[in-house]
Amino acid sequence: MREHEALALIERVRARPAKFKDTQITMAHGAGGKATQTLVAGLFLPAFGGQALRELGDAGVVEDLALTTDSFVVKPIRFPGGSIGELAVNGTVNDLAVAGARPLALTLSFVLEEGLSADDLRAEVEAIAAAAAAAGVEIVAGDTKVVERGSCDSMYVTTTGLGRLDPRATLSTGSLKPGDKILVSGPIGEHGTAVMLARGEFELEAPVESDTRSLWPAVDALLDAAGPSLRCLRDATRGGVASALNELAQASSVAMVVREAAVPVRPPVVGACEILGIDPMYVANEGVLVAFVAPEAAADALAALASAPGCEAAAEIGEVKTEPPGMVLVETAFGGRRVMDLLVGDPLPRIC
Amino acid sequence: MKYVDEYRDAELGRVLAGEIVATVEPGREYKIMEVCGGHTHTIYKYGVDDLLPANVELVHGPGCPVCVIPMGRVDDAIAVAHIPGVIFTCFGDMMRVPGGSGTLLDAKARGADVRMVYSPLDALRIARENPDREVVFFAVGFETTAPSTALTLKRAKAEGTRNFSCFSNHVTIVPPLRALLESPDLRLDGFIGPGHVSTVVGARPFEFIPADYGKPVVISGFEPLDLLQSVYMVLRQLVEGRCEVENQYARVVPADGNPAALRVLEEVFELRPHFEWRGLGFISHSGLKLSEAYAELDAELRFEIPGVRVADPKACQCGEVLKGVIKPWECKVFGTACTPERPIGTCMVSSEGACAAYYNYGRFAREREVV
Repeated sequence: MREHEALALIERVRARPAKFKDTQITMAHGAGGKATQTLVAGLFLPAFGGQALRELGDAGVVEDLALTTDSFVVKPIRFPGGSIGELAVNGTVNDLAVAGARPLALTLSFVLEEGLSADDLRAEVEAIAAAAAAAGVEIVAGDTKVVERGSCDSMYVTTTGLGRLDPRATLSTGSLKPGDKILVSGPIGEHGTAVMLARGEFELEAPVESDTRSLWPAVDALLDAAGPSLRCLRDATRGGVASALNELAQASSVAMVVREAAVPVRPPVVGACEILGIDPMYVANEGVLVAFVAPEAAADALAALASAPGCEAAAEIGEVKTEPPGMVLVETAFGGRRVMDLLVGDPLPRIC
Repeated sequence: MKYVDEYRDAELGRVLAGEIVATVEPGREYKIMEVCGGHTHTIYKYGVDDLLPANVELVHGPGCPVCVIPMGRVDDAIAVAHIPGVIFTCFGDMMRVPGGSGTLLDAKARGADVRMVYSPLDALRIARENPDREVVFFAVGFETTAPSTALTLKRAKAEGTRNFSCFSNHVTIVPPLRALLESPDLRLDGFIGPGHVSTVVGARPFEFIPADYGKPVVISGFEPLDLLQSVYMVLRQLVEGRCEVENQYARVVPADGNPAALRVLEEVFELRPHFEWRGLGFISHSGLKLSEAYAELDAELRFEIPGVRVADPKACQCGEVLKGVIKPWECKVFGTACTPERPIGTCMVSSEGACAAYYNYGRFAREREVV
């Protein structure tokens, strides 16, 4: 077999529709990387996939409404800069916001573990109320279940969000064009690093707080400044900025080049990730969006973004290209280039 | 970050890359093996190979400690993890390495208590905190990680922690290098020596490579400038017709290594007659087991270990890929029976292995152009 035949064979195998062949669920299926993608494309889409779902946006669109849902299982439930309740509001609000929808209302569902302290629950209820008020959404329905001790880890929260599509927005995951600029709204890796350190497994301390916040003000500012030149937005949560970029490179069949030196990362996050052997590009955020903007509107969009609360460090980090389609490349700060792929599973630290 | 960023200076990198271009003879091909998986990681992370001229090729060597563990040993580990009452501890990246029947992550999903640790001392702590459970540490790695396992075992013995044991898969670096060098079809011109291993064993154990096999060695640090400088130093030796062991990583590696670490290795471990390497077969005196004095902490004696032997398929050609004899895509099972999702040989296990990298990024590597 010659080289081009070997590569063509690989291309053919990869182009086949994903099949979900695993015999059991592992943590990798929930990590937002390749295993999650196979689960969604190989099991969920064939079963449920109407057009709204196939778009694989952060929220589904029904007429002029956007609808989304998310479960929160973070451990520990409180961490520097936030807690599970605050996350449950902002996470769902942000899925609506990046779909170009003004958040209107949430439903809220608790799964509580037998023995959970009432004070812990009260604290989360207060956090939820405060976050909802700050984001301008109303909690309009809810549900409570209690399970036996050991069947869940203190509390799980599920929120469903409803928003109205903003008439200024023409966003789509398949609309990226070569030449588009890639913006991020703020320093990356803060939330995931804060939670990892809060688990206390590493005996490592650093001044890092979760970035959990509503992104609607940032989206509102972007829509005002760029309107139809705004191609697509993505909430860089699980799997980090790297996964968001890969998903959109695939959805739009384009390449991307990211300039590593332009990506805002605060020094404590750089240091913690260096020690843990993890790349901040793959670390979860709860208040960072990635925006793709037509080149002529990029400067205005960046200025508008940087004026939104918490987005002062917004930056243009790269550009959309044509070839090779579906691939995200990084120009490293050192001057070389490499491929930034989807993770196979959870980011696991290296031994050496 | 102070003391780190200095070794990642892009401007110095450009200067060094220019020196490398000026050094190589056009029309001559240079194949240099970086032995250590940590080096491969740096090369990949910073795009170091992207800065080299097309006729200088870096061949990824056998020094990725989790990739070389044979499938049968992973299956043994999974069997131990499933023994009732056992807490099975290992390093993070070991959890994803497939044996003949899945990974330790799969075993965890099936109910085994598998826990990730950052240090063998964490495993010992878990043993102290769970006196009614048997805690097993899955020890992997070269002379780099073996001393920390050895010190942990010394401490466990001293404090009499009876519910702790070690499933040793530690290996040594010189035997696989000798095995590679012994093969008549070797196509490598020089070696980038393993920096971390050398902090323990020193530079001298590598002197047989220039002396017996006529290949230059440069022991290298792990930052991108270290790697570029080491490539440059190997090329200088080749161009000037020199052949010796040079130490680029002198800020950390003493010529004689770390005598205290070597003493504790001597005390706690002994060489196995032979040990199997994924993709490379059995290599004599390449594996470490617990010594007589530490037998009571040896998981292989404490538990019934099935001793699973999963033969590497005959078609697997990792050995030839490592020797630079064939390219990944020339292997008979590449991309068909052997893929990153279901790897057969060591080169496909880690995303930085030669075959996995080629499978994932081959098209980019070939075209090189982004438009």
